[in-house]
Amino acid sequence: MNVFRFILQNRAQVMELTLEHLWLVGLSTLFAAVIGIPLGIVIAHRPKLNKPVLASANIIQTIPSLALFGFLLPLPWLGERADRLAILALTLYALLPIIRNTYTGLRGVDPAVLEAARGMGLTDKQILYQVELPLSVSVILSGVRVAVVISIGLATIAAAIGAGGLGEFIFRGLAMVDNSVILAGAIPAAILALSADFGVGWLERRLRTR
Amino acid sequence: MSPDAPRTTSESAAESAAIEFRNVSYRVAGTQVIAGFNLEVQRGETLVLLGRSGSGKTTALKLVNRLISPSSGEVRVNGAPNTDVDVIRLRRGIGYVIQDAGLFPHFTVERNIGLVPRIEGWAEERIRERVQELMRIVGLPAEMATRYPHQLSGGQRQRVGVARALAADPNILLMDEPFGALDPLTRDELQLEFLSLQERLHKTVIFVTHDLREALRLGSRIALMETGRLVTVLAPPEFMRCSDPCAAAYVRAFSGDHEGPMHRGTV
Repeated sequence: MNVFRFILQNRAQVMELTLEHLWLVGLSTLFAAVIGIPLGIVIAHRPKLNKPVLASANIIQTIPSLALFGFLLPLPWLGERADRLAILALTLYALLPIIRNTYTGLRGVDPAVLEAARGMGLTDKQILYQVELPLSVSVILSGVRVAVVISIGLATIAAAIGAGGLGEFIFRGLAMVDNSVILAGAIPAAILALSADFGVGWLERRLRTR
Repeated sequence: MSPDAPRTTSESAAESAAIEFRNVSYRVAGTQVIAGFNLEVQRGETLVLLGRSGSGKTTALKLVNRLISPSSGEVRVNGAPNTDVDVIRLRRGIGYVIQDAGLFPHFTVERNIGLVPRIEGWAEERIRERVQELMRIVGLPAEMATRYPHQLSGGQRQRVGVARALAADPNILLMDEPFGALDPLTRDELQLEFLSLQERLHKTVIFVTHDLREALRLGSRIALMETGRLVTVLAPPEFMRCSDPCAAAYVRAFSGDHEGPMHRGTV
């Protein structure tokens, strides 16, 4: 088939774009986790903040990705380089599943367990690290898993603003009206998404504690 | 803890009372959950808080270890207001057992029991010895140490709950319907073990239940609560003869379990 011949002939570039893709997705997921998990913890403990925070994350999610890239373009330091922009946009998209699952996971901890923990004199910090987080780790990870899979798909669009990644092939193929070039981007992206889904899912099962 | 200890007169007992409620009220969202509550719990006694659902007995219990704070009045623990001590210190010095045991599902039996000693920074060796000792005391076979709560029966879980509460050797135990979710046979067994345990350990215990039979069996005194107020405090034999309408209704309901007033009332 043409696709495989194309991929084989251009394997160096396929490799490079795949790594670029992973870089965009990996870094943005990391940022989203670093911001989203603490935010999810905060809103799980302060129910008043839950609506505004989840609503904001929801609104971000509804902005079409191409438009979001466009909106972010005029930003000072970020606008200078396309990959910075792409990482910011992907981070914003990844926030919702991570915040929401952290919130859901923590709220799902058995109230009797929390009451016993408080009654025995565990501090808030001990309750968080020894009870709440261990008991919700698999729910939080399933949020991360959703975020990664969404990001891998969305990152292909980052090529439109010149951020690289497997989207390069897809846009080039579209311009050339050549399906095998499109597939040279789409197939590795799909494989990435499936393996990430499997990998994080495996981790999730390993760490499941309830 | 002599059986004929004098009924509490508020001045003389002030020194020796392990727990004392002084004119405590608790309101939440406009509802008076507890009102004008005065009660002294003597060192080494098992005081049963008896009452129907919503009578405020669990609330009274939670006021002791400050899981909630009174709207007015004060609760004294070991002779001082319980707000004088740091809340974490206060709670670690009071054992707490609840209905579903509240065991940590991701901890083994061993780690559940050793929880408070561990956060108190005991040496591992001492924790291990203490856990083994407690498992013997509450009648858990040693090989259960490495099991998880979901691998235990309800009765075993509750034993772990009691062992965990006793771990750091607190002199006060708060027990909120600890045997309420167990089948009658297991409940019976745990009640008997509680009695023999208490004979040896002489903890100050507040035991919440709605079960008169349990109250009569375990309590050195029974405090009856109704809609947030303390109705009366009596030793078990006197409770059965009490003329107060509330107590009498309780006794009636239990002596005629099957055709009790609850059934007739709903028809």
